[in-house]
Amino acid sequence: MADTTLVVAGVTVDFDGFKANQDVDVTFEQGRLHFLIGPNGAGKTTLVDALTGLVRGTGTATYAGRDLLTMKSHEIVRAGVGRTFQTATVFEELTVLQNLDIAGGVHRSAWRMGRARKGVPSYVQDALETIGLTSVADLPAGRLAHGEKQWLEIGMLLVQDAKVMFLDETVAGMSAEERSETGALLRRIAPDRTIIVIEHDMEFVRTYADVVTVLHAGKVLAEGSIEQVQADERVQEVYLGRTATADVEVDDA
Amino acid sequence: MDSLTTPLLTGAATGAILLIAALGLALTFGQMGVINMAHGEFLMAGAYAAYLTQQVIGNADVSILVALPVAFVVAGMLGLLLELFIISRMYHRPLDTLLVTVGVGLILQQAAKDVFGAQGDPVSSPGWLDGSIGVFGYNWPYRGLFTIVLALLALGALAAVLKYTSFGRQIRATVQNRDLAETLGISTKRVDRMTFFIGSGLAGVGGVAVALISGTFPTLGTAYIIPAFLVVVAGGLGQLKGTVIAAFAVGILTQYLTSWFSGSMAQVLVFALVVIFLQVKPQGLFTVRTRGLA
Amino acid sequence: MSTSTSAASRIKPWLPLLGIALLALALLVIAPAMLSPFRLNNLGKYCCWAIVAVGIGLAWGRGGMLVMGQGVFFGIGGYAMAMHLKLEAAGPGQVPDFMQLYGDGSMPWWWEPFRSPVITIAAIILVPALVAGLLGFAIFKRRVKGAYFAILTQALAVVFATLLIATIKQTGGFNGLNNFPSFFGYSLYDPVNKKMVYLIAAGLLIVCLVIVWQINRSRFGELLVATRDAEERVRFLGHDPANIKLIAFVIAAVMASVGGAMFAPIAGIISPSDVDAAASILFIAGVALGGRAGLFGPALGALAVGYGQSTLSERFPNEWTYFQGALFVVVILLIPGGLSSVLKRFRKDVARQTTELRGLTVTEPPTEVKVHG
Repeated sequence: MADTTLVVAGVTVDFDGFKANQDVDVTFEQGRLHFLIGPNGAGKTTLVDALTGLVRGTGTATYAGRDLLTMKSHEIVRAGVGRTFQTATVFEELTVLQNLDIAGGVHRSAWRMGRARKGVPSYVQDALETIGLTSVADLPAGRLAHGEKQWLEIGMLLVQDAKVMFLDETVAGMSAEERSETGALLRRIAPDRTIIVIEHDMEFVRTYADVVTVLHAGKVLAEGSIEQVQADERVQEVYLGRTATADVEVDDA
Repeated sequence: MDSLTTPLLTGAATGAILLIAALGLALTFGQMGVINMAHGEFLMAGAYAAYLTQQVIGNADVSILVALPVAFVVAGMLGLLLELFIISRMYHRPLDTLLVTVGVGLILQQAAKDVFGAQGDPVSSPGWLDGSIGVFGYNWPYRGLFTIVLALLALGALAAVLKYTSFGRQIRATVQNRDLAETLGISTKRVDRMTFFIGSGLAGVGGVAVALISGTFPTLGTAYIIPAFLVVVAGGLGQLKGTVIAAFAVGILTQYLTSWFSGSMAQVLVFALVVIFLQVKPQGLFTVRTRGLA
Repeated sequence: MSTSTSAASRIKPWLPLLGIALLALALLVIAPAMLSPFRLNNLGKYCCWAIVAVGIGLAWGRGGMLVMGQGVFFGIGGYAMAMHLKLEAAGPGQVPDFMQLYGDGSMPWWWEPFRSPVITIAAIILVPALVAGLLGFAIFKRRVKGAYFAILTQALAVVFATLLIATIKQTGGFNGLNNFPSFFGYSLYDPVNKKMVYLIAAGLLIVCLVIVWQINRSRFGELLVATRDAEERVRFLGHDPANIKLIAFVIAAVMASVGGAMFAPIAGIISPSDVDAAASILFIAGVALGGRAGLFGPALGALAVGYGQSTLSERFPNEWTYFQGALFVVVILLIPGGLSSVLKRFRKDVARQTTELRGLTVTEPPTEVKVHG
């Protein structure tokens, strides 16, 4: 198996007796847009929390020969695994450019950290162009629109050179136009990365997903292409409800 | 035998006072994230309330019983005023409340100096607390025992209020999820105010116990505030039992260390032990676990 | 965009250096020429407190760590220097006077290294770094709450002062260490040497300001502010926020120690009351008053509070305590940004009015648009 694959095996997260995740097995491969779906409380965010060191989980999550579950958050990031949060968290008082630049700190020596910024590093410029925020580069991030903040976060992951990206409900609250731009952006950066998106918007999932994993009550319920998943009876039963057409509105939360 | 049990019993009494003081701190810190450094001065206010009550009533046997509710109300009102005029304006920056209340504490100390003088005033112990009880060859003064009984009563009352009254349920709801509580129609403002009143009032009750042991003086609170905070830190937030265990542990440990080394060395060691303890339990003994924050 | 604004924007980052230069001029040239030796010596004391304040500005203002026990580090530096000066006064192989007075004339082993000026200076820098490093490591690594950190630093100050008072034979107890006739061989009875000591203290203040200026403009400085505002987010930039905070805390501790080291020869005494919890609180008062997050706020605030402390506290001790208490309440409650934030707002208002009078459009940085619109 390639070194670029993230293999999650038997991951369990226990909150004082309540199992938010139970024996989750899932494999994330490079070059595919992998979606995690499931009703609220299915354990999607908790799984990502466990894989990024925010909560303690048992089991293994092997990436590039290391077990992410034994590492601290910042070590996981340095190993090339990054994430965003449900609520976009950018540094509101810093400019877009500064936000991107600060994300590049991982690669800098102590000496360069002690010096003032001069000019724009090429990888920051590249990320800026990829996310399409060049025109607002000098604006404080706090003044960006909601969608732009999410793109900025993705841009920060690019500057970090994250090979694995967990995106938590990135398109929630975006306009239709912003959604399609986000989808295009994800397609652009996907080929040499492993991208995992937590999503509630089925339309978005259907348009862009290469692989879909359905979580329910902390466990993996089904996995496959969107067609396969939608055809799965158990999925229809617990997640999609009685209507098998999959055109179900699921609460954003 | 003597040297082994003495620190246990005296330490239990110290722990009891720490418990009363820490209960109020843990309550306000746990609920509002407010660190009230003037809490020690509320203790001092309670002690002076006991002193004044005794000046009015004279009979020490009765005055101390009257002093308890008086001290509760006096200190509670101080807390209420503090919440109303200052704290309520800065809930979004809890760390700053720490400094503001330091200022309030300084002012209260100086006010006590101006009103009562820098010298201490004695509070006479009631007749029914004279004497002692023999425990393993150590004559344990009734006063020490009284402090423990008082602390346990305060604890019991607080626990009962939190558990059985609708106000207590409102407090617990606010602690666990402020926004949700608000949407359920709970006036979190009013709950905060009442919590501050009760928490500060408890300090007043503790002040009465302190007055019986050491009399009253303006800087009385400074000796208790930091140990009481260490108790809160070690005990953790969200559950009373953590505070109880930590209070008696700190009180008793301090007395043992004092008897083995010295008073100052005991302080150093207790501080070091709390820091080491936080390596094992960074959140304190007990805490409410929740999903990782995003 | 006109050339004048781009020139202005190119100059702007260097303006703080101009401010530091002006302060250096005032402290190093004007003050020695104008002030009497007594007043100059007092100013030297305030400079020592200001050095502590500059460090607090870094740790608290930029890093969000409320350091309530800087007296400890001030004390480490102060006592280290005082021990050396006492040994220097006693002469080679001799024991400081107070040890004969309070004890049997024997000296604890850990005094011995302080006979060496080199070891003393090394200790002034390394010991506080080590203590702050250990405490910070223990607290930050385990992600202990920020409020707990503040309480623990204050507790450390209480413990430290208690320990000093209890060890009368080793540290002079309540009275502390005093009576230093010379400073690294130079007689302190000579006014010229006394002035030299002042200049060293004022010079060190300037050096500390330059260090913090460089930190603030560096990428590390940005990261420190980012950690203050969104610690969890910084973790997901691949940094351990604990290390970032640790560095700032250690630098603040070393600065406090340097301030203490210069305080001892200037004040002629270092005692528990200079380093205890109350003293630690007073250090913060100046920083809060001046403005915690700025470069000059902490230093100027500390100079002002220092002046107030030594002139008012003796004449009106009661009123001074009330004032000090009120200072915390009023400043933190109403102007958390300190006086420098008031000044900044005022300056901007004036600037806007004058530009409006001239009928010009306001060219302000984008942040301003948010404030006004």
